[in-house]
Amino acid sequence: MELNCKHVWAYISDYIDNSVPPELREEIERHLEHCEICSAILDSTRNILVLTGDDRTFELPVGYSERLHGRLARELADEANAPTTG
Amino acid sequence: MATTERDEAGLIARILAGQKELFHELIRPYERMVYMTVFSIVRNETDAEDCAQETMVNAYRHLGKFRGEAKFSTWLATIAVNEGRQKLRKAKRAKEDSLDEPSEGDDQQFTPAPLTDWREIPLEALERKELREALRTAVAELPGIYREIFTLRDLDELNVAETAAALHINENMVKVRLHRARMMLQKRLAPYLKTTAPAKKEFWRRMPWN
Repeated sequence: MELNCKHVWAYISDYIDNSVPPELREEIERHLEHCEICSAILDSTRNILVLTGDDRTFELPVGYSERLHGRLARELADEANAPTTG
Repeated sequence: MATTERDEAGLIARILAGQKELFHELIRPYERMVYMTVFSIVRNETDAEDCAQETMVNAYRHLGKFRGEAKFSTWLATIAVNEGRQKLRKAKRAKEDSLDEPSEGDDQQFTPAPLTDWREIPLEALERKELREALRTAVAELPGIYREIFTLRDLDELNVAETAAALHINENMVKVRLHRARMMLQKRLAPYLKTTAPAKKEFWRRMPWN
């Protein structure tokens, strides 16, 4: 079966996650070899994911970790809050 | 999420046996994941930080209930999602996004891929601040159900099963929503990504979103 572009778009996310069956994966790859449009969609989607994984894109507030551990230190100091084993 | 191999079960046992200071160490790898998860739900820094603290405090108080059937990170993500949603409800601004009916039948096998082998992005594009800003804005403007999925899968790097557990939905719905979320972002950000592709003007005019 010859895949058309719309078929390929439907599988882009699963393809990126490596969760399409091998035969389908091969077909998608054959399509990508000659289709600039789908290749560009795939590349740009991957680029977005790379950028998402870059810690500078989504940053933690300054001092977040210190405040979090400060809060936990107060919590841990209070015996009444000891974890229950129930 | 990606963690170095460490003996979390052992750490947890020691905390429960009284070495409670070790809790700081236990949660350190997950500080970012917890914050990003609650931020994707409450959408402002102050509430997100409150929720992140509440998540960790609750995890501490209920640590004895963690049985180890799930990974600790998944358990923590589940608490974070619940904290975030509770905060939203309390603030009475829970505009629940309607649950969409996924139409795609998709019961394929899946193997979650770690986000490590995608290095083909041109370096200079990654360095562009406006692209990062555009991505933040685009994610913030996604409908809630898609923002949560995208955050847990692609930012927190939970796998499909962990994401499904944290959000109390099935794995197929995770995949369907993730696909839609990624495609929405791709469409939204395509204009910014143009310069990274080896393309002619004519080529971009043929792209499906034009």
